[in-house]
Parts: sequence; structure tokens; C-alpha cells
Amino acid sequence: MIKLKINGRDVSVDADADTPLLWAIRDDIGLTGTKFGCGIGMCGACTVHVGGRATRSCITPLSAVAGTSVTTIEGLDETDSHPVQKAWRELRVPQCGYCQPGQIMQAAALLKDIPNPSDDDIDAVMTGNLCRCMTYIRIRNAVHRAASANRETSSND
Amino acid sequence: MIEYKLRQRGDATSDLTRRGFLVSMAAAGATFGFPLTSRAAMNPVAADGVPVDMTGRTFEPTVWYSIDTEGQVNVNIIRAEMGQHVGTSIARILADELEVAWDDVHITHVDTDEKWGLMVTGGSWSVWQSWPVYRQAGAAGRTALIEAAAKKWGIAASDCSARNGQVTGGGKTVSYAELVSAGLSRSFTEAELKALTLKPHSELRLVGKDVTALDIATKTNGRAIYGLDAKIDGMVYGVPLLPPTRLGSSVLSIDDSDAKDVSGYLRTLQLEDPSGTVPGWVVVVGKNLMAAKKASQKIKVEWQAGETANVSEADIQNHARELIAEGRVGSILDTGVTDTGPVFESAADTFEAEYTTATVLHFQLEPVNATAFQNAEGVWEIHTGNQWQSLILPSLEKALGVEAGQVVMRTYMLGGGFGRRLNGDYSVPAALASKALGGKPLKLVLFREDDAKFDSPRSPSVQRLAMAFDAQQQVVAMEHHAAAGWPTGVMFPAFMPAGKNGEPYDPFAIDGADHWYSVGAQKVRAISNDLANRTFRPGWLRSVGPGWTYFAVESFMDEAAHKVGVDPLKFRLDHLLAEGRNAGSAPNSVGGAARQANVLKRVAELSSYGRTDLGKDSAIGIATTFGQSRSMPTWVAGAVQVHVDTATGQVDVQKLWLVVDCGTVVDPDGALAQCEGAVLWGLSMALFEGTEIENSNVRDRNLNTYTPLRMIDTPDIEIEFVDSTEAPVGLGEPGTTVVAPAIANAIFNAVGVRLRHLPMTPDTVLQALQARE
Repeated sequence: MIKLKINGRDVSVDADADTPLLWAIRDDIGLTGTKFGCGIGMCGACTVHVGGRATRSCITPLSAVAGTSVTTIEGLDETDSHPVQKAWRELRVPQCGYCQPGQIMQAAALLKDIPNPSDDDIDAVMTGNLCRCMTYIRIRNAVHRAASANRETSSND
Repeated sequence: MIEYKLRQRGDATSDLTRRGFLVSMAAAGATFGFPLTSRAAMNPVAADGVPVDMTGRTFEPTVWYSIDTEGQVNVNIIRAEMGQHVGTSIARILADELEVAWDDVHITHVDTDEKWGLMVTGGSWSVWQSWPVYRQAGAAGRTALIEAAAKKWGIAASDCSARNGQVTGGGKTVSYAELVSAGLSRSFTEAELKALTLKPHSELRLVGKDVTALDIATKTNGRAIYGLDAKIDGMVYGVPLLPPTRLGSSVLSIDDSDAKDVSGYLRTLQLEDPSGTVPGWVVVVGKNLMAAKKASQKIKVEWQAGETANVSEADIQNHARELIAEGRVGSILDTGVTDTGPVFESAADTFEAEYTTATVLHFQLEPVNATAFQNAEGVWEIHTGNQWQSLILPSLEKALGVEAGQVVMRTYMLGGGFGRRLNGDYSVPAALASKALGGKPLKLVLFREDDAKFDSPRSPSVQRLAMAFDAQQQVVAMEHHAAAGWPTGVMFPAFMPAGKNGEPYDPFAIDGADHWYSVGAQKVRAISNDLANRTFRPGWLRSVGPGWTYFAVESFMDEAAHKVGVDPLKFRLDHLLAEGRNAGSAPNSVGGAARQANVLKRVAELSSYGRTDLGKDSAIGIATTFGQSRSMPTWVAGAVQVHVDTATGQVDVQKLWLVVDCGTVVDPDGALAQCEGAVLWGLSMALFEGTEIENSNVRDRNLNTYTPLRMIDTPDIEIEFVDSTEAPVGLGEPGTTVVAPAIANAIFNAVGVRLRHLPMTPDTVLQALQARE
């Protein structure tokens, strides 16, 4: 039994210690917003936050996250109104949408580290997330949009 | 209450537009449609996918939608949602004619009941095919509601008009909701339907206007439900062990003794498949997915491999060359004067070139999967994302040994389609495994490497093009010979038309070669590569044949232009004459080659094609196509600016321009998104993708070696649509088709080497540069 916090909730998962976090989240905990793409950490569809850091859950064993706090797309914002989510809707980023939970989690982490990213910063970080519909141009623009929304919010504080 | 009963399936190829339009008031609860709607269909707006609840007695003017007593409109969508926001586009078309407020419109992606007719989402056909059908359906409802109001008021229908869910006439107004509540009945004959007046373009209020697609919000919060997310009570999981060849393998022995101690491992199934879809398959079953996966790694299976076990990409390509050289095989398309032989013999000069393309993977991000079980009514339910339900249902029925109508497919979001899920082969082993477990729910998941190995990839191809010139260097004849695996040939041969010589051909492996250039005598010869067909399942992959035929046509046009010393832009325009068979015809190709010339001229202006100030080893290349087929031309022109690093062979694509004439644009931002994705898909296949068949299977099976375009490779893109009121044609694929040849032409313009193979890797660029020196 491995204990962790997921989206602020305490959970105990009855699975082998080497089970990838992804499958514990999807099949044991039952949150299917986090997606499976490649299984080798190279597409980013499975990206979640572990202790606030963007993490590829498909190559992270459950044992490595015991006692940590994990956030999935479902828990990013109570009302689905994280600036990144809003920007994604405003710029109509998703096509098939399958990679977008991972893209959004990666982008949210990026903006915590680099509040005012350049195109190069965005490319460098987001290039790890594959979008097979190739929505890259809108993703890049949406990250900028979310960054500027954050700036406006903080300047109004 | 109505019992849940599935209807007999109809002819899979029945014509969508021939559906009768019954207009009648449905009695409460008893109507066509499925009583268990919530289980049958999917509303992408709702977090749980459950279709909108309709209130009271609904009015179903046609099978395509219903209106409830509150004026809510629910539009039935038979197309799969895989990123094209197709439900939004189709519902906009209908709502516009029906004259209802967009806020009152909902969409439902339906199940596979027979009444929906042919269910396929591909070919960039959805909007094009839906346009006349849903407009007519909307007009039928509007007409019925206006007539009901006129009757109520005792005035002529011609004195009434409809707008925003209301009918107005004689100084009075009544809402659709009130009219539906009061009850109405009206039926139209086919002739009456055809005579319905459709709104003129100038009065379209939703079509062509900006909108946020209905499926976007749930794709930003993890609530959108894909096939892999299906949950059925009591479900177990299956992971396959794939045979050494796609066809012809059989299991000799299975030893699962090492797997017995894997916690959660249940058993291993050797599938017996009467449909022949998945010969030699073994499925490992576990209580959860990881148990099945772990156990699968400890199970030893011995197979007798099929006859293609040692086939390589080179074998397939060499076979293609042999078939091309053997002049008699293949189908000759009807391109007017096809007897090119005498013209070539008497020509003053000739020119020919060979173009090849490598195997390409779909690599849709959601690996193929399906969940299957037999429900309480005895019906087999298949829960999965799929693009061509009508194609796979007969195979599912055959595999399960049940009558037509005893299998239903439930609709889910597709985590990418790109043509992979046109072939629903992955659903068959799920059904067979469930059957072996007595109908228990089983979710079959192909991990990424299995998904790639089991892909129906784009076949490698060989094309030989030739052109004949007279003494004045005018083009007098052209030949185009193309050999590849034929997806339609292996999957659905009845779908293939006959060529001029009576031989059938796969349009999805030749379309594009029958171009709109006037070139005199013209022979287009489509050849099925039987070795490819026997080795793997050739697939339809985004832009299908035109994804590689245009690479040949548009590279060749550039080469031919240079040969006769004419600028490639002028050379193309000189042959886009809109005369004879290239004049075009209503409704789909009005204007013909003139519209292709128009987009080409525009992209040349937009990109400043021909500019000489880009610096050393940099240049712009152009290409133009008519999208997916002559019967539905989407006129496209592209320009690409590249810089070639002559030391590394690296091609840096700096900017892409695209001009598209797709007739009426239904959803402007959706259209833009489709084109953005399509050009980048084209770029990815031109430079970054491609694999090879090795020992009967694709060599690259995950992202460690298969390297699609990433954000860092994404150039600036400028896309322009031609303002048009012509019929809307497809957009999902056409943007893809110009990119590879435009890049090849740009590379030639930049550094003077001609690349005739896709993908154009740094290695092949370097080799070409070395050969030049």
C-alpha cells in the first residue's frame, strides 16, 4: 500500500511499487485526464506535477512518489480556470486534445519557473511534449497569453 | 417504454444523400432513435459525455436532428471527432438553414445504428458531404415550422419568415418551442425536398462566422473521454503478444509458466479469428493493465511465421520497379488521350525521373485500443474510437459469429485519427478475447511499440514520371506510373473504381497524379504492389496518395521547367489552362484549373517568390495541388523558404506560406487550425518522419527513433483563404500535400541539388551535395 496526496486528497494505492504512477492514477485512482502516449517519457502526454515539478508519470514508479503531493490536470484549478487553461480555450489550442492535459501541465510548470518566457524558452521546454495534431503555433501563443494574464493579475494585486 | 433493439445494418456503401427525410411528429418517447441514448452516443460538451436531455415531445424533422418543447436543437453527427471540430461545423450548417440561435444547439456523436447509413470519417469529406444534406434537413424543418405557424394564424406561409428560433408573420410571432409543444406533422417527398429553397449565401448567419468549437473546453480540463478512458464494471485488461508477420503467422506453442507468479495475471488466450483479421494473435489477460503487461513479458510464444518474414523495404521497392517496368500491369486512369506511346516515339526530346517515398507511421498519440463485452441484451458492445465503423462491423460480426445488428460500436473521442482508425482491426482482438472470457468486459491496450508494429502504415512508393516535348520545347505528352501498397485494395476492394482499361484502381494510391495541367496525351498508371500488400496492411494516412503523388508531380514540374529553361512558376501557369477536361464543372470544381492558377499566383506574391536577397544557400520553393481528388478539388498552393547547411545537410525551414481555395469556409478558425496542422504534418513527413520495413515489420516503434516534428522545428506560417461562395470542400488533408515538393524545390533553388526521396534527411542532402561536387 503506497500513500500519497493527489489533487489535495489522501489516497492509498494497492499496487506494486514498480507500477508507473500513470497507471496508478488512471486505473487505480480512476482519473483518466492524464494520458498514455509513448511509455518512455518522450511524448509528455502523461505529465503531472509532483511536488509542483512537471513529471513524466509513465516512467515514474509509484515507490518514488510515496508521501508526495501529486497534481493532475483535474486538480490544476478547482474551476478549470488556471491562466493556462483559459489561454488554451481563448486561443482554441486543442484539436484532438489528447496531448493537451500534458501540454497544459507542462506549461503551468514552465510559467512558475519562468514567468516571462521568450519564444526560445517556450520552445526549449515545450519541445518535450509531442502534439501529433501539430498545434504548436497555438501552444506557443497560448503560453505567452497565460504569461501576460499572470502579469496583469500580479500588477493588480 | 421501448426495448433496446438494434436494427439490421444496411448496405455499407448506401448513399448518404438518398436518405428519406421523414417529417412527422413523434409520439412521446416512441420514436426512431435510441431509447438508451446516454449509453449509445456521446456529447463532447458534457464532462461525462452524456447527450443533452431533450424536454417533452420532440419534433424530428429528419433523422439528423430533433427540436424539443423548449426549442433546444440536438444535431446527430455520424462523424468521428478527432480534432477537426466536425460536430460544430456540421451543426452550424444545419442551424443556419433552420434559423435557430446557436446557443440552443447541441451535438450528439451517434452510435452505429443502421439508420445512419455509411459511417466513415476520412478523405476530408465530412463537411463537403454534409453541406447539401444538413442544409436540406435544416430547410425542411424551417419550412415545416413556418407552415405550422401560418396554419395557426390562417395566413399564407409565404407571408411568414423564420429567424432565431421564431416564426414571424401577420404581425405575430411564435417560437419553435411553442410550435413543437403544440405538435405538428409534415412530410416531404424527395422531389419536394429537392425543391426546398436554401438561403442565399448573403443571408448565412452562422456559416463563415467565428465560433468556439463545442468540443474545446473539455479538452482543457481532462474531462474529454477517449477510447482508452472507457470504464465498464468488472472490466479486465488485455495486452497482446504480436506474431512475427502481420499475415500468415500461426501459434505453435505458448508457455506461461514464468508468468504465474505475476500478481493479477489471469490467463493467456490464443485467439481463433474466423474473420482473419488478426491471425496468430495471443492476448495476455490481467486484473489490471500492469499485471497483463508484466505477465506478457514473461510468456514465451513460438510461432510459425508467414511467408513474408524476411521481406525488407528494399525488396518492396525493387518489386515496385519491376512492376513499373512490366508495362502491362496496372490500371490506366481515364485522362482523355492516354495513348502516349506514339507521342513519346516522335518527340523531339523527353525527360524522365523516378521518385520514391519511405514507409510512414501514423503514430496517433492515443495507441489503438478497444473495450468489448456482451451486454445484458446479448448485444456485443465495442467501446473505442473509430473512423470507419461501417467497414469493421462486418468483420466484428464474422469474428464473433453473430448476425448483422448484434454488434454496436460506442462513440468516443479519438486521440488522433490521421487515418489509422479507418482500419478498425484493433477492435477485433478485443471482441475475440471478450468472447473467450464468456462476454466479460475486456479492455485491450496496445502499448506504443505494439501500436507501431501493428500500424497500417503508409506504403513505401516508387513513381516514374516522363514528359515529351516537341521541337519548340512545348509539352506534348506526360506519363505517371505509381506503384505502392493499396489500402483500399486490401481492405475494401469493392470501393475501387475501374480504370480505362477495365482494371480496378485504388484512388487513395493514385489521386493527384491525374492533375489539372494540360499536357497533351496523358497516361496515369496505378499499380498495386502485391509484395507490400502481403507483407503489411497498407493504411490510409493523412493526405493518403496525394501525400506522395504530388511530391513526384510537383518536383517533376520544377525539373521539367528547368530543363526547358522556363521559370517553374510560369511553366506551371502556362499549363493550368482551364480548358477541355480541366475546365471544371458544378458544383465541386467550378473554374477548374483557373482556380489552381489563382492560388499559385497568390502564394507567389505573398512569399515574394523569386527574391534573390535571402543570402547564400537560402531560397523559396513553390508547389501547387488540388488536394485530395479531382472530384473534390481543394485548390492549394504553398511556398517554403529554406536555408541549407551545406556542412551538415540540415534543412532549416524558415517560413511556410499557404493559400487555399476550399470554396465556402464554414468554420473560419477551425479551417485555419486544420491547415496549420496539415502543413506541419506535411513538413514532418518531408523532413522528420519515415521508417523502413525490416523483416516484415516497421523498424521504428517509439519516439526514441521515430522523430516527428516538435515545437522547436516549427517555422512561422502564413495561411490565406480565397474568399469564395462555391461549395465547401475538404480541409483536413490538402494543406499537407504541397509541403514536401515545395521543400524539394526550395532546396534545389538554394543549393542546386535535387532530392527525389522522402524523407529528405540531412544524410541524403549531404550525399546529393557530394555528388554535385
